[in-house]
Amino acid sequence: MTDKTIGRVVSVNGPLVVAEIDPDREVMQNEVAYVHCQGQALKSEVIRIRGRQVDMQVFESTAGLLIGDAVDFSGQVLSAVLGPGMLGNIYDGLQNPLSLLENNQGFFLKRGQYLAPLDEKKLWNFTSSAQKGGKVKPGEYLGHVTEGLFKHPIMVPLKLSGNWEITEIVSSGKYNVTHTLARIKNQEGHEVAVCMKQDWPVKQPMRAYRERLLPEKQLLTQCRLIDIFFPLAEGGTACIPGPFGAGKTVLQQIISRYAEADIVIIVACGERAGEVVETIREFPQLEDPQTGRSLMDRTVIICNTSSMPVAAREASIYTGLTLGEYYRQLGLKVLLLADSTSRWAQALRESSARLEEIPGEEAFPAYLESRIAAVYERAGVVKLHNQSTGSLTMIGSVSPAGGNFEEPVTQNTLKVVGAFHGLSRSRSDQRRYPAIDPLISWSLYLNQMDEFLNRRHPQWTEKVKQTHRLMSDGNAVRQMMLVVGEEGISLDDLVTFLKSEIVDATCLQQDSFDAVDKATPHQRQIDDFLLLMEMVDYSFEFANKEEAKAVMTRLQNLFFQMKYSPYQGEKYTEYRREIKIMLGREAR
Amino acid sequence: MIQEYNLISRIQGDIITVHAAGIRNGELATVKGQGRSSLAQVIRLQGDQVFLQVFAGTRGISTGDQVRFLKHPMQVAFGEALLGRIFNGSGQPIDGGPGLTSLPRIDIAGPSVNPIRRIIPRGFIETRVPMVDVFNPLVESQKLPIFAAAGEPYNELLARIGMRANADVVILGGIGLKYDEYLKFKNSFEQAGVLSRTIMFIHTASDPVVERLLVPDLALAAAEQFGVQGKRVLVLLSDMTAFADALKEIAISMDQVPSNLGYPGSLYSDLAARYEKAVDFEGAGSITILAVTTMPGDDVTHPVPDNTGYITEGQFYLRKGVVEPFGSLSRLKQLVIGKVTREDHGHIMNSMIRLYAKSREVEQKLAMGFDKTPEDQRYLDYSQKFYKRFLDLKVDIGLEQALDLGWQTLAECFSPDEVGIKQEMIDKYWPKKN
Repeated sequence: MTDKTIGRVVSVNGPLVVAEIDPDREVMQNEVAYVHCQGQALKSEVIRIRGRQVDMQVFESTAGLLIGDAVDFSGQVLSAVLGPGMLGNIYDGLQNPLSLLENNQGFFLKRGQYLAPLDEKKLWNFTSSAQKGGKVKPGEYLGHVTEGLFKHPIMVPLKLSGNWEITEIVSSGKYNVTHTLARIKNQEGHEVAVCMKQDWPVKQPMRAYRERLLPEKQLLTQCRLIDIFFPLAEGGTACIPGPFGAGKTVLQQIISRYAEADIVIIVACGERAGEVVETIREFPQLEDPQTGRSLMDRTVIICNTSSMPVAAREASIYTGLTLGEYYRQLGLKVLLLADSTSRWAQALRESSARLEEIPGEEAFPAYLESRIAAVYERAGVVKLHNQSTGSLTMIGSVSPAGGNFEEPVTQNTLKVVGAFHGLSRSRSDQRRYPAIDPLISWSLYLNQMDEFLNRRHPQWTEKVKQTHRLMSDGNAVRQMMLVVGEEGISLDDLVTFLKSEIVDATCLQQDSFDAVDKATPHQRQIDDFLLLMEMVDYSFEFANKEEAKAVMTRLQNLFFQMKYSPYQGEKYTEYRREIKIMLGREAR
Repeated sequence: MIQEYNLISRIQGDIITVHAAGIRNGELATVKGQGRSSLAQVIRLQGDQVFLQVFAGTRGISTGDQVRFLKHPMQVAFGEALLGRIFNGSGQPIDGGPGLTSLPRIDIAGPSVNPIRRIIPRGFIETRVPMVDVFNPLVESQKLPIFAAAGEPYNELLARIGMRANADVVILGGIGLKYDEYLKFKNSFEQAGVLSRTIMFIHTASDPVVERLLVPDLALAAAEQFGVQGKRVLVLLSDMTAFADALKEIAISMDQVPSNLGYPGSLYSDLAARYEKAVDFEGAGSITILAVTTMPGDDVTHPVPDNTGYITEGQFYLRKGVVEPFGSLSRLKQLVIGKVTREDHGHIMNSMIRLYAKSREVEQKLAMGFDKTPEDQRYLDYSQKFYKRFLDLKVDIGLEQALDLGWQTLAECFSPDEVGIKQEMIDKYWPKKN
């Protein structure tokens, strides 16, 4: 290709624009093109090519477009820009920094504005660690800058392949992200300049690592229902489907705050703007308990809310994944939260419908399943070239139509994830939050990580499975009681039911708006759960049901008050002692 | 230069096609025939074919009618002079008042607000409906639907909240409204003396279908301008299901592949584009949206309420004339509960609902013929008191009063260790005997 390819608009149908190009010109699938409209260049992506007719989805409103408007093709596929300076940013789905748009644009997002994702003026203190003549591979480190708390390594561009030799490298000093730090050459004599900034095609997985490993370490979220009952692994995947109003978003927000990850990437994909606003406004004020710095310093937000253009919504998840993979290359523990993948799937459906493709189930395109699988497969824990590990964990929320998990997005997601945290309407109606239903949820990581988890206690996973059974038995008794009443069940069954209710009320349920209960650290999870298990294992001797209920109500209240008391504080210790006395483990 | 065309090549549903050049996507046109004229909007371009959606419908349109392109998108007049006025679905006054030709015109369905320029909502709107105030308080800038089956008094509830709400401007968008309902709205606003702060965009059931699509956009474009000027605006929409049905009609006429029950795949985005106009502007006013969504067959999994529920910040269910305590939810309530309102608010709310849920279980159990235990009786008493003091829509008390009544009700029926409230709240608020 010598010149840029140019085309003319021949058809406009919502965000789908068809352009016609000259017969001798090249065009690439997923290439970025700009449609010129009333003095603005509207970014778009090629999604189908038929002869000279090129179908593009425009990432902006197409109002005002005219047949014959010029289209120029960039020769590049849709890419994310990566480098120091991304943390703390709020991007739209195409990685435009929204805070800079703010200064120029007032309250509203005007179309056709594209800004550099990284601050190109800022100087970073670069410490060189490579030598001239050194042999390097893509993804290997040449030095680092310090970004907030992190050592941010500067890598040989990930886009390259094969082996390279450093022919030139600058000494340590202050540089901006576009300054050439090194030159490298491969065997063919091809030379490349390396700077801090690099780009990566968002729809392609990043594979510049030594090997992928099996996720065997737990990623702590400080949400008891997840950490104890349906744990999540570093580099694992989970999905949170639930009907509207069941608390998906609150759960995602809680995880984004308290999860013990180095970097958290929040992709607000086609959801309410108000939710993002809470994060944007509150994170800078919240302290990360692990580092003592603002939570925003470890967070990147990608935000394409429901009223922003649909085509850019599809891109937003890929942009988030690419950023996540990049931080994984830096040896960090990354958590990506995507809320919601259903909106992303709907964006696929909308563009598929406009392309007049034959629809699959519920009018979703036939390639929905493979696209979902490809997205979740980009998570994982990897061993890098320098032997350190990095991980990308992904939690996707799903918004099934009508709250029915049988729909295609939920079903296709369940096939590929390692944990399923299903929210249920009945639990949220009873205000049992988080409304993850213990009867339908599962986590493959409970077995996969048993060695890691059993460091908490030799029989940890066994005990967890025992509570799974208890919850299910308790539910069976509850169902029975609905039919035969409390009189109709045995005393033993009643005790089983009451035990399951205590576990539910004091361990599964967690008050995300309470200062103490909102997050449960590792050691407290162990102490509280083991005490709870002592209660579960205890053989109570009751004369009758009234006594059983009275004693169990008292026990429940003690556990309940304990969970609201600061860990190892005076009240906490007192409630703990009282429980132990009731269980006959301590003298009065 | 105004361009005119006289050859309509295709009429299908409410869509017409003309051959024309130099026409922009989204542009407005007039279609003029024998003694009638209607606005139309360009919705698709294909080569030299221009597809237009005719607002007044295509009945009676002839292939020889004159199509005249106006070179601008759909606009609405804007200014203080809108207050107290009533317009139809294409923005024309229907109250017999003067035209608004001197006012500046603004584009409707503009771009969305930059999320960064939004602020976290923090204004509590007291409605004096305890099921709303205590259990699901309404927050300024919130978007909330009222889910109701046909026959429920949803428009009355909407009007009631509209009249009492602490807002500078109230904009009513009537979509497929029965004429009687329109008159009732007008009368209640008149009687409450709030007509001078009210603007109405009214599409009645007998008006052309396409005009339904415009009503939310007109109402919200005006609201947005008032909001930017620092006014606190409340937008009332009734009924958004009629709006969605109009979307369906257009999509089918355009040969789009339907996704669910005939609705277009873009239903979620189309609804979100409207609801997301609710906003609290940084350093300016706010827009709060309260919209009725009727549920066909009282089925919340129907695509319209279902998609709406995912978009809005909660929902009120209106069933059997009361605001349902279980499904109803104000997602923003945590922003004001215990922060703007009294510290015990959250505890009372959770505890009362949990106990009410249990009392329902007891009722079910007894209905199946089981013996009543003394404990059951206490739950039944509680249930009755809950209905009389909180659920009944006629109850008209302020929030603090309702919270005190809540503690009183709990104390009348239960002991402190049964209610699951943390000790310090119990110590402070549990009513002392005498």
